[in-house]
Amino acid sequence: MFTYNLRLALLSMKRNPILTALMVSAIAIGIGMATTTLAIYHVMSGNPIPQKSDQLYAVQLDSWGGNSPFKEPDEPPTQVTYRDAVALMQADKAQYQNASFQSALTVQSDNPSIKPFMVIARVTYNDFFPMFDVPFEYGGPWSKNADQDAEQVVVLSQETNEKLFGGANSVGKEISLENHRFRVVGVLKRWNPVPKFYDLENSQFGDTEDLYIPFSLTAPMQLQNNGNTSCWKDTGDHTFQGFLNSECVWIQFWAQLPTAADRDAYHDFLNAYADEQKKLGRFPRPLNNHLRNVTQWLAYRKVVPVEVRALVGLSFMFLMVCMLNAVGLILAKFLRRSGEIGLRRAVGASRMTLFRQYVVETAVIGLAGGALGLGLSWFGLLGLRHLLTSTTRVTHLDWTMVGTSLLLAIIASVIAGLYPAWRMVRIPPAMYLKLQ
Amino acid sequence: MEIRPILSAMLRNKTGAILIALQIALTLAIVCNAVFIIHGRLVMMNRPTGIDTHNIFVVSMTAYRPDYNAANMIRTDLDVLRRIPGVVDAAYTGSVPLSGSGSTDGISTKSDPKAPTVDEGEYYMDDHALKTLGVRLAEGRDFTHEEVVHTGWHEYTPPPVAIISRALATKLFPGQDALGKIFYEAGGRYPVTVIGVVDTLTNSYPSWHNYALTAIFPAALENKFSDFMVRTLPGQRDEVMKEVDGQLAKTHTGAYVRHLRTLDWYEANTFQADHALTVLLTVMICLILAITALGIVGLASFSVSQRTRQIGTRRALGARKTDIVRYFMMENWLITSIGVALGSIFAVALNFWLVNLFDVAPISWYYIPVGIVCLWMLGLLAVLSPALRAAAIPPAIATRNV
Repeated sequence: MFTYNLRLALLSMKRNPILTALMVSAIAIGIGMATTTLAIYHVMSGNPIPQKSDQLYAVQLDSWGGNSPFKEPDEPPTQVTYRDAVALMQADKAQYQNASFQSALTVQSDNPSIKPFMVIARVTYNDFFPMFDVPFEYGGPWSKNADQDAEQVVVLSQETNEKLFGGANSVGKEISLENHRFRVVGVLKRWNPVPKFYDLENSQFGDTEDLYIPFSLTAPMQLQNNGNTSCWKDTGDHTFQGFLNSECVWIQFWAQLPTAADRDAYHDFLNAYADEQKKLGRFPRPLNNHLRNVTQWLAYRKVVPVEVRALVGLSFMFLMVCMLNAVGLILAKFLRRSGEIGLRRAVGASRMTLFRQYVVETAVIGLAGGALGLGLSWFGLLGLRHLLTSTTRVTHLDWTMVGTSLLLAIIASVIAGLYPAWRMVRIPPAMYLKLQ
Repeated sequence: MEIRPILSAMLRNKTGAILIALQIALTLAIVCNAVFIIHGRLVMMNRPTGIDTHNIFVVSMTAYRPDYNAANMIRTDLDVLRRIPGVVDAAYTGSVPLSGSGSTDGISTKSDPKAPTVDEGEYYMDDHALKTLGVRLAEGRDFTHEEVVHTGWHEYTPPPVAIISRALATKLFPGQDALGKIFYEAGGRYPVTVIGVVDTLTNSYPSWHNYALTAIFPAALENKFSDFMVRTLPGQRDEVMKEVDGQLAKTHTGAYVRHLRTLDWYEANTFQADHALTVLLTVMICLILAITALGIVGLASFSVSQRTRQIGTRRALGARKTDIVRYFMMENWLITSIGVALGSIFAVALNFWLVNLFDVAPISWYYIPVGIVCLWMLGLLAVLSPALRAAAIPPAIATRNV
């Protein structure tokens, strides 16, 4: 029965090629537009680390001062000061905790054919790797001792290892960073969480860092922050050490807290720490510390731009217009075939049979429109990739989106076809037979 | 023209009319709001910057040798750059204009740290700044060579003089002459005297609402990263850039050119997302208008073919061709009018949602009447061809079976 319906549907589509093309393209354009914007929204609102997004917490300490909060209304800073970062690391109250920031460094290879070039480094503790489930190709993270003794060790990203060592196992090899010798201890596999949740200060949909070095090298190497540095108080004696001791916030701090009890305990610890600092004359504002897990953090930092939300809304209205258009065309097409209906009813086809016939026909149109729409959205995303060269990670179609948009196309077109089909089967057969 | 028969014919076939009216309503809502958003972005992207953007490029150097001397490097590089033929002038800059990345501070006219502040963008540049930016001094004087403070990033304290934009001058000292007045940097700690005012100068953040509030300080921050702005004679930018790349590579052993980019590139990069948004919305507007027009053509053609006999009869009874055309035009105009009436409500509702989302000013009222007129025209244009086809139906058809 289904193949019969299908054959009739294809036959009827062939009979009116222009009308069919119009219907299919109306649906395709609507689906194409909706899929394009939805794909961007889907990537931007994605969960970058689903397996532990509810255990990883961004730490916010309100160390801000002056006469207004870090951000209205009464929001604490999104980063912490160097001295607080070091103190929280030393306290060691979470399963894992990590302080890190981004720094631009020049790397020199021992291979003279590779010219010195700039890399973006993440200056971090070794907890970073197990905490964020960072996958290693060769070697592994550096040791706790390396963190304590400020050893000159480095973990390379897959891309950097490719550039410096042609992708070979480079563990044990050496490179120069800012004229300091560094020993490679690990090489990562390709790793690119989107959004780059652990550091939203620098490009939120950008690439991960080129290499990773111990946080304890910050002072001896005078490493400069590549992201935002916000200060509410003058840095004092205007030296690098003065900057490290200052109230400037510029370090991202995360803690892994597996249970709600851990989380509450850590929050109490943060409050106790803040109270202690108040006694030392710091933290002039009221107690206002926060722990937000990955999902909450991404929502709080408004990672999905409002423009993208607006675009998704507009493109669904656009899809609605396309669908209304398709309903009109389908109705016109079906009504033109009233005679055929009358005939089939008269020779014994039940309303249900005919209804099924029309639903199958619109589903075929919907599927064709959806497939074409997917193609259009692929082109749309390709076009957007040319326009958005700094955030190309957001312009990709994944299988979830392909499935979603095909489903959307079929659902939308079947809904669009239901009314015309229902109208058709209510036609009294005699009326249309008369005219023939 | 009698409207009653048109109305009663429409009422007998409501569905087609309702579908078209709904399409028109949604189209009006989408188009008005999309044009409104596009207009806002275009205004932002085309604000006067005061800078000779098209003839400026930026050389970014990175030093990596332990024995590099930043002060020397800045001096020698600038000497090299200024001597290249075609270069108008070159200046050190702490941040790239229009790049979306730089420095800001809250400044005040009082030394009290609790006094209200004005957030502005700051440039740290040398005494060649104005000539290199292509900005003309409106009042006061330029920096002298001796005023330029050479320090490292962390040792930096604001110099005692600054040149500010007219917008910042008006904001700090409303109704007064800003020249010679003092404002305070960094929570009231550092007094700065205004020695010059320029009419228009955008800071590093062209999409910020305080984009026009700009102060230039005479400071060269010595660092392993240095950015130099170079302004060339009109039309010579690209050749000079090639020349610069070669010359600097020759002079340096301990530093390399990290980037060599035009100021146009930085500006385009800053507005990338806004530009993409306007392109996407423009495509959306064009497609939706085309689809709505095709929908009108489709349904009008269908109704003409359904009413072939009726039209023939009318023609046989003495209706002229223009009467038939007018009938279909009138019918379409009625449907469009219902659509735009409903669409005005949709447009306002959609705008309400967008305003809540974006935190922007609501849509200007005239967008809706302009949109209505456009859709009326679109509807009439779309229905013209089916209506002409209807008029061409010969009266004799009434006597035949179709």
